Amino acid sequence: MKLVVDLSVCQGYAQCAFLAPDAFRISGEEALLYDPQPDERLKERVLQAAAACPVQAISVDREQR
Amino acid sequence: MSAAQPERIVIVGASLAGLRGAEALRREGFTGSLTIVGDEPHEPYDRPPLSKVALTGWVPPERTGLPWLADLGEVDWRLGVAATALDRRAREVVLADGTRLPYDRVLLTTGVRNRPWPHAGQAALAGVQGIRTREDSRAIGDLLDAGPTRVLVVGAGFTGSEVASVCGQRGLAVTVVERAENPLVGPLGGVVGEVAAGLQRAAGVDLRCNVTVEALEGSGGRFRAASLSDGTTVEADVAVIALGALRNTEWLAGSGLATGPLGVSCDPGGRAYAVNGMAVDDVFAAGDVARFPHALYEYEFLALEHWENAVVGAQVAAHNMICDSPDRRAHVSVPVFWSVQFGTNIKSVGVPALASQILVTQGSAKESRFAAAYLDGDRVVAAVTFNHGRYLEYYRHLIEQACPAPVPVGVAEGNAPEDARFPDPGAPYEFPTVVVSGRSPTAMEARRVPHERTSGER
Repeated sequence: MKLVVDLSVCQGYAQCAFLAPDAFRISGEEALLYDPQPDERLKERVLQAAAACPVQAISVDREQR
Repeated sequence: MSAAQPERIVIVGASLAGLRGAEALRREGFTGSLTIVGDEPHEPYDRPPLSKVALTGWVPPERTGLPWLADLGEVDWRLGVAATALDRRAREVVLADGTRLPYDRVLLTTGVRNRPWPHAGQAALAGVQGIRTREDSRAIGDLLDAGPTRVLVVGAGFTGSEVASVCGQRGLAVTVVERAENPLVGPLGGVVGEVAAGLQRAAGVDLRCNVTVEALEGSGGRFRAASLSDGTTVEADVAVIALGALRNTEWLAGSGLATGPLGVSCDPGGRAYAVNGMAVDDVFAAGDVARFPHALYEYEFLALEHWENAVVGAQVAAHNMICDSPDRRAHVSVPVFWSVQFGTNIKSVGVPALASQILVTQGSAKESRFAAAYLDGDRVVAAVTFNHGRYLEYYRHLIEQACPAPVPVGVAEGNAPEDARFPDPGAPYEFPTVVVSGRSPTAMEARRVPHERTSGER
């Protein structure tokens, strides 16, 4: 699966890093690093993370939704 | 969309703007033939991670493919072949392999490329590498994996600073050489540049400012050392060249469009201008390559090398390509960008380079945790945050409302506006990611709006 985070929107709430820590990591105080093509096994967690993002900054492939 | 829709649309440029433009066309009901041309052999991928996470070893650079956010239906992908000409009379895009692609509307999203090291022989030394593409990122990652004794980064703009940050994180010795007084002065000015310099030095970077690299020296075809303008030598195994970008407009020479080193001129809706200063109806531009007049900045033409500008600009242009004329809309969103370096989240809104003064409004610049407003005479034109990203939205609203300075926040006692210290935009060392270039669709020069206005002007 492919995903992208709109970092101009991201405010570092870090919900994604709690829900799918293998795909999203916080670097320093508030910067987000992520894996744009996480393993398929992480799909459910990544979709949860995308849904839980308070500012809806995470976009995933159309066919994955 | 319009009842009389075009039958054939060609998008030239298969990166972020090209993909988001294609999605917008399909989402808004375009059912005709869609062709996407890209000079790289890959489907659209995301570039910002290439100088950050892709160099850390966590995510390989081959794994930054962009998700498709709409059903693209049938697409004729022409990847790995560059466009070489636009024949506006025949309405055809000409490719390097001689193919001619007919169009009713064409979207130009050819973006930028690296400004190369000026000496080709030196640039060809093993260990000398720029960074723009997936392959560039892979090459630098491999060079870092080989355990160099020292990495030299030439140019302390965002990309160079990000590479230096990763090197430090990986425990590699790194020297950064910057021609200006501090890192990031082109995009953010000298006051913020000083903070950025502090971050680099605290992370152990050997930062050399006010100095240039005069030559890259090698032995046996491998880069070994760089001689600097102050007479010193830096011995290193890797040289990362990060001297900013050049717009990919050369292929449009002869098209009759108003294009040049500062971009493809277009109106706020993305319609390209011809050399006679008139907008044309069948050629549109978006992303890094486009320069367009921005309503928030008194219709100064801006070229923005920003991720968000590629997304929004392409969506606006795509909409305007297929709608009826009364439904056309303008690209008016406030410019925004981000960078991650040295554990610090740097974000900005607006156009800092249009400011004369800066006011630290929240936090502390000394501690590298702050928000600051950029002021042009009597108004807020931009803001920057270092690890204060959540406040950015507030400043975006101020900018949208052309808020008069001083900004309506409780500014810490003792903080007063000071000279933001932007270098002369004509200076050869400036590599801004926002280029401000006057109000003419056809005459272009890098310039800044004078900030001392006569009283009757507003």
